[in-house]
Amino acid sequence: MKLSIALAQINTVLGNVQRNLEKHIATIHQAQASGAELLIFPELSLTGYVLQDLVPTVACRPHPDDPVFRPLLQASHKLDMVVGFVEEDSRNRFYISSAYLSRGEVLHVHHKVYLPTYGLFDESRFFAWGDAVEAFDTRFGRAGMLICEDFWHASPPYLLWLDGADLLLFSSASPGRGLNTSPMLESARWVNHILRAYASLYTSFVVHTNRVGYEDGLHFWGGSAVFDPNGELAGQGPFHEEALTQVEIDLNQLHRTRARLPLLRDERTALVQREMNRILSNQSRNTGR
Amino acid sequence: MNTLTRPDLAINVDLARKILTGFIRSEITRTGFSRAVIGLSGGIDSALSCFLAAEAMGPENVLAVRMPYRTSSSDSLEDAQKVIEITGVQSLTVPITPMVDPLFEQFPDMDNMRKGNIMARMRMIVLYDQSSAFNGLVVGTGNKTEILLGYTTLFGDSANALNPIGDLYKTQVRQLSRAMGVPDSIINKAPSADLWSGQTDEGELGFTYAEVDQLLYLLIDERYTPQECIEAGFAEPFVRTVVERVRRNHFKRILPPIAKLSNRTIGYDFLYLRDWGT
Repeated sequence: MKLSIALAQINTVLGNVQRNLEKHIATIHQAQASGAELLIFPELSLTGYVLQDLVPTVACRPHPDDPVFRPLLQASHKLDMVVGFVEEDSRNRFYISSAYLSRGEVLHVHHKVYLPTYGLFDESRFFAWGDAVEAFDTRFGRAGMLICEDFWHASPPYLLWLDGADLLLFSSASPGRGLNTSPMLESARWVNHILRAYASLYTSFVVHTNRVGYEDGLHFWGGSAVFDPNGELAGQGPFHEEALTQVEIDLNQLHRTRARLPLLRDERTALVQREMNRILSNQSRNTGR
Repeated sequence: MNTLTRPDLAINVDLARKILTGFIRSEITRTGFSRAVIGLSGGIDSALSCFLAAEAMGPENVLAVRMPYRTSSSDSLEDAQKVIEITGVQSLTVPITPMVDPLFEQFPDMDNMRKGNIMARMRMIVLYDQSSAFNGLVVGTGNKTEILLGYTTLFGDSANALNPIGDLYKTQVRQLSRAMGVPDSIINKAPSADLWSGQTDEGELGFTYAEVDQLLYLLIDERYTPQECIEAGFAEPFVRTVVERVRRNHFKRILPPIAKLSNRTIGYDFLYLRDWGT
């Protein structure tokens, strides 16, 4: 079965949800016109990234009666999509969230688990961390969503894999850094290395949309990419500029790759669980040895 | 010197050029402007900023302002003229002599440092006036080396609306300048603030940019401790001098602290990017 994925590598207006929503709607129309069935927006695509004290003013709730989600859910009758936003929960905690919308419904919401708070990042100051990594069923198969720093850690993609995800849908607002003589920034090279590694190790599809544009001195490098279960690059957007990149994947590749390379079949999950219990049973060490 | 640790500061110039011109375009246009104003000294830093701004905004949207003092070297004016001609930017020459001399005359014992600071601040006044007249934002020309060393005049040459080259060491400024076609005469001459005759940066600082860039790169970018830099082969007095310069000049790199009284204070817990809403 073929699936046409569109990577919406957009720029955003910092803190102006209405303007960003308009761009989402326009992009959805464009993707639909070109035959895309699944459209992936970047992290915080409805708000911009370095929000700081704007966080409480741009938050919304992924419900049909929300003025931001109502038009998005309507548009999701045409194609499935992942959007990035700030979510305020019923007890007024704020999360960096991704929602998967399909046929007028919110199929799944992921709260960013790993909030980088080091170097140029300050996310934990403004956001609550998510406490779950769960796969969910879509009309294209079982999928899982992660947001940027989530997949800089090895465990969330692993958990999604064990939870049945064959489509790993990643979104980022990754600031470019690490300029040396290479034609790619260190941050871009690093991300693409690990995306390829996850696709290879989990014999799964890895789909990544990263935003572009500038916020003060930070720039976001784009370079959205899809890797197939063989770890091969199936398609890539340009670097540093807005683009809607369409990539057609063949979901039957899962069957072919896993017939050749049964890493999933051979994964010793009971062993992992037993060893994890042993390693983490020492309560004084929350990361093992 | 120990040759074990010789950091390579070389950069990919095409990528730097793409990111920096995009930065200039984004940070000028999102504030509602479409033009840039640059003080062009004839030195390499302002030449590079001018080349980048011309490429980003189109040369017709860039105003290069030459602001000589009567002791400024004629080479500086000529080198600035070369940049204007090659890039095709608009230009203006505003001599600052008649503006700063009356102040100098009121304080006959004024030393070169004070005079230099006054000249740098007068140029800032001229640039910000042109910013209003030309309807453009002032593009900065300070590199990472001089910002770290504090080799700038606060509210003088350090004043700008956006700085495309502030994360490039002088060594990297030279590399990118070469790639962008800045004339050799500008790249090869001894860097100078040209505030008085015979002044050179390296003479005043007491070390070369090539040398200090290597050290700063290890200290700042690679997070070496001063002791590790000494072990890597840098002379201890040099390391101590540079570390202290970076610390002592930090006040030039931040906004003045505001005394906190309320629950929400600008700078501490009133946090927004400048690009807020754009």
